[in-house]
Amino acid sequence: MPKVKVPRKSTIIDMTAMCDVAALLLTFFILTATARQPEPLPVDTPASTVTMPQPDTDIGTITIGQGKVFFGVKDQPVRARMLEKMAAIYKIPFTPEEIKRFSLIDNFGVPIGNLKQLIAMSGAQRNKEGLQPGIPTDSTDNQLKEWIYQARYATKELNNKDMRISIKGDAQEDYPVIKRVIDILQDQEVNKFSLITSLRAEDK
Amino acid sequence: MAELNSGGGGGGHKKGGKKIRSKKQSARVDMTPMVDLMFLLITFFMLTTTLAKPKAMDLAMPDKDKKQPENRLEIADNRTLNVLLGTDNRLEWYMGQVEKPLTPPTVDSYGKNGIRKILIQKNKEVLAATGDPKKGLIVLIKPSDQSKYRNLVDILDEMKITNIQQYAIVDITDPEIDLIKRDGIYKDKK
Repeated sequence: MPKVKVPRKSTIIDMTAMCDVAALLLTFFILTATARQPEPLPVDTPASTVTMPQPDTDIGTITIGQGKVFFGVKDQPVRARMLEKMAAIYKIPFTPEEIKRFSLIDNFGVPIGNLKQLIAMSGAQRNKEGLQPGIPTDSTDNQLKEWIYQARYATKELNNKDMRISIKGDAQEDYPVIKRVIDILQDQEVNKFSLITSLRAEDK
Repeated sequence: MAELNSGGGGGGHKKGGKKIRSKKQSARVDMTPMVDLMFLLITFFMLTTTLAKPKAMDLAMPDKDKKQPENRLEIADNRTLNVLLGTDNRLEWYMGQVEKPLTPPTVDSYGKNGIRKILIQKNKEVLAATGDPKKGLIVLIKPSDQSKYRNLVDILDEMKITNIQQYAIVDITDPEIDLIKRDGIYKDKK
């Protein structure tokens, strides 16, 4: 048997193809993904088989979790207008600087009296879990109702569209808390709204 | 990466200060650092972004007319399926009215082997009885205070899956609470 001579090969691999794949993946991720917003109230949404994506414009989101209620509006001009209206109702003056800062807050959950302190905080401080106590929803001091009402008003005024309302509730939240929010909406004759769910992986 | 870069790229090495002729340079560039960078960026984007967009389930509540409480729709007993949502992810269903249910109230679970079978079967029965494709089953969803939000979404999802057009979320009444209490899916407050 003749001796087989193993040729010594170079250890260099051509990385160009691998680089191409990496660049392709990178492009895909940049184009499809949306940045994750930091949330002061993390909720675990229940799963459903609905595949309709959540609309992006003219939407107000009520986040419910741990018995607390948070509220946020998507459009920044609407946020500013909403605050101006709320300031007039509750007679708490806000400076233009504060209104500008408020319009950058995605969602919040403090009684309006504490809103000034919240605006003064930095983003990281504000999103600390358990810091914001939630918007009062009880019948004696129903601030959530006012917020929703003014947000709808401001959306109509600025964009000439009806604001859609979505409820983003935690899966383990007790029904009475959800019911209270739905009742607040129904009192304003908002009978149609969406529930935010995540996609169910498989049909159990 | 442990790899010897001997195939050119750099200009020839100097030996003992002796002048050497400049070699013809290879056009190949080492891509390894670039690949490293690419994967670093991919990892970064994968971790900071969310791919799964939240889904929105539309829900229309019945109009709450406080001024005219008598202005309510009467619905036929034999088309009505009441679903009472209790604690521990259990539910109870019966047809008709609570005073004289057409079927005995039954405790069931959510999902494919639970309420979905009942919904499909009852919907078929009602459609056969009325003979009108528009007059299907009417489902009244009555969540009790001890049910979770998840239960509500689950039952609404079942409506979508079984394609029941008429359903509504209704307040639970006291006789119904007694009913689910009797069947052990509603616990007394401590």
